[in-house]
Amino acid sequence: MGLIKDVLTKLPTGFATVLKTLKDKPVTVQYPEETRPMSARFRGRHHLKRYDDGLERCIGCSLCAAACPADAIYVEAAENTNEERYSPGERYSKTYEINMLRCIFCGYCEDACPTNAIVLESLEFPTGYTRESMIYKKDMLLESPPISVAATPQRTPPGKYDRPILPYPPIDTAE
Amino acid sequence: MVNETTKISEQALIVENSPQNVVNTEDVQLDITMEQLKKLVSPRALTGETMLLNMGPQHPSTHGVLRLLLELDGETVINCIPDIGFLHTGIEKTAESKNFLKAIPLTDRTDYLAPMSNNLAFCGAVEKLVGIDVPQRAQYLRVILMELTRMNSHLVWLGTHALDIGAMSVFLYCMREREMILDVYEAVSGARMMSSFIRPGGLWRDVPANFGSLVQKILDVFPRRVGEYDKLLKDNPMWKERTVGVGKISAEDAIAWGMTGPCLRGSGVNYDVRKAAPYSSYDHFEFSVPLGTNGDVYDRYRCRLDEFEQSMSIIRQAMKKLTPGPVMTDDRKVAPPPKHEIAYSMESLIHHFKLWTEGFRAPEGEVYFAVESGKGEYGVLLSGDGSPKPRRVHMRAPSFNNLQPLGVMSQGCLLADLVAIIGSVDIVLGDVDR
Ligand code: SF4
Ligand code: SF4
Repeated sequence: MGLIKDVLTKLPTGFATVLKTLKDKPVTVQYPEETRPMSARFRGRHHLKRYDDGLERCIGCSLCAAACPADAIYVEAAENTNEERYSPGERYSKTYEINMLRCIFCGYCEDACPTNAIVLESLEFPTGYTRESMIYKKDMLLESPPISVAATPQRTPPGKYDRPILPYPPIDTAE
Repeated sequence: MVNETTKISEQALIVENSPQNVVNTEDVQLDITMEQLKKLVSPRALTGETMLLNMGPQHPSTHGVLRLLLELDGETVINCIPDIGFLHTGIEKTAESKNFLKAIPLTDRTDYLAPMSNNLAFCGAVEKLVGIDVPQRAQYLRVILMELTRMNSHLVWLGTHALDIGAMSVFLYCMREREMILDVYEAVSGARMMSSFIRPGGLWRDVPANFGSLVQKILDVFPRRVGEYDKLLKDNPMWKERTVGVGKISAEDAIAWGMTGPCLRGSGVNYDVRKAAPYSSYDHFEFSVPLGTNGDVYDRYRCRLDEFEQSMSIIRQAMKKLTPGPVMTDDRKVAPPPKHEIAYSMESLIHHFKLWTEGFRAPEGEVYFAVESGKGEYGVLLSGDGSPKPRRVHMRAPSFNNLQPLGVMSQGCLLADLVAIIGSVDIVLGDVDR
């Protein structure tokens, strides 16, 4: 008997709660037509940044590769010359590869990079049909130079870029 | 050893006595000997009187890859033997080959529904081993994030548990609310699940400007939403029929099996790491620990639901106490310097390179540090050997210990109730197997 009474009195409360949500606006979005905004810190796909004068920030120090917990990064450095300059200072990264299948998007590479060259930005979904296509090479990671600025390598006057550009824009005071 | 390993099918014993009861012989392979099997199941199983049945590892109600070996008499469960290890990822072992900083993303992946709790347990252990002081602001922020994580964990639990028992809408509502917590995760750490936000010595970064408003939104909305869950379930006769008196475990048994968290408190044992061994300034806050009495599925459910309110109260207090300040220790031997410093300070540059390549060294010694995660006591045993890598990392995962007494709880219940019991224990298989 108690059960029947319970069913008659308590159940309608539950149904009323569900019915009330009819007047709520939907919380879902029609993905992929609509997307939700991502936070400024979102750790998505990597980009290799440039300075305003078109030179690459990356100095090939391999610190990102050392910091990566997943061993996803491979860097090979080479020497800059004034005739063929890629980055300020002595060295640049000749090869820069990130294995997107290994990467866990922890953001340690971004933290470790002394020049803020590698930055994780909001998601462009890394997808591919083959394993090879998921190893992102330098040309896929490097952002294009600012408009009306020459790409790298550039020809630069002697003495101008003997040292890396200072001061570096700090990440940790951004936002 | 091949000869000793017996396939159930090959046991003439079973086949002879009741051929019709035996499942297709080639499919069932147990890697245990007949002697071991005899100890696990009742003698009646060997004569074929009762049925041996595999539930899982791909059963939707076992919350992941959990395999249960059931001995059934009709629909009644006589024995239930959890078989774990299907999600073994070797996280503990992998952590031994990483320095302390690099091991943090691994801890995210044990109990992936409560990543921040795991982060804190690991970082707390490192801080204890190395002797690092954490700034007050970081401690309060950790408390806020811990409580949000507890709510996150409970929301997924409530949703899936209710879904298992047949209440679909609760699941949808829980996911809707969880989204708000994930938004906070995303805002602070940049990732919605694998946060790696808590670092030895403090936090990755200070929280962004919109953190306060995001948390406030949760605090505003949640009490009403928890009320909705109560309306749907608390007095619901069908819910009570399925949960009250089901899966009972006594306080003595629960302690003996090493249960912690809401599962233990559901049996009326007042044990909460936040009270028993306060960490991260939990002793600065006032809150109570909800207790159950019967130790059944319903009491475990009530304990968790009541914890929502306590969590919100702790968050409110912590938001008030929050004062500006550093969120990372200024000990440059363990915390990387701020990026802008390395541009002009040689010393900072050296520290930066040293910390991101080799990491910091921990002294010889062994520490244990536990936090109260949503599921129970999450402890990390860390053994240092003077190098930048731990000699041994062990995680005392609440899911693992809470799962073990499943056989005790499910003895004599119906097969359908078993689903309710598994749900009430709140396991995450990543946490069980590590
Ligand atoms: S995000 Fe993490 S895993 Fe991915 S490349 Fe950077 S450091 Fe490695
Ligand atoms: S991305 Fe940064 S850390 Fe990596 S090699 Fe280039 S400069 Fe060094």
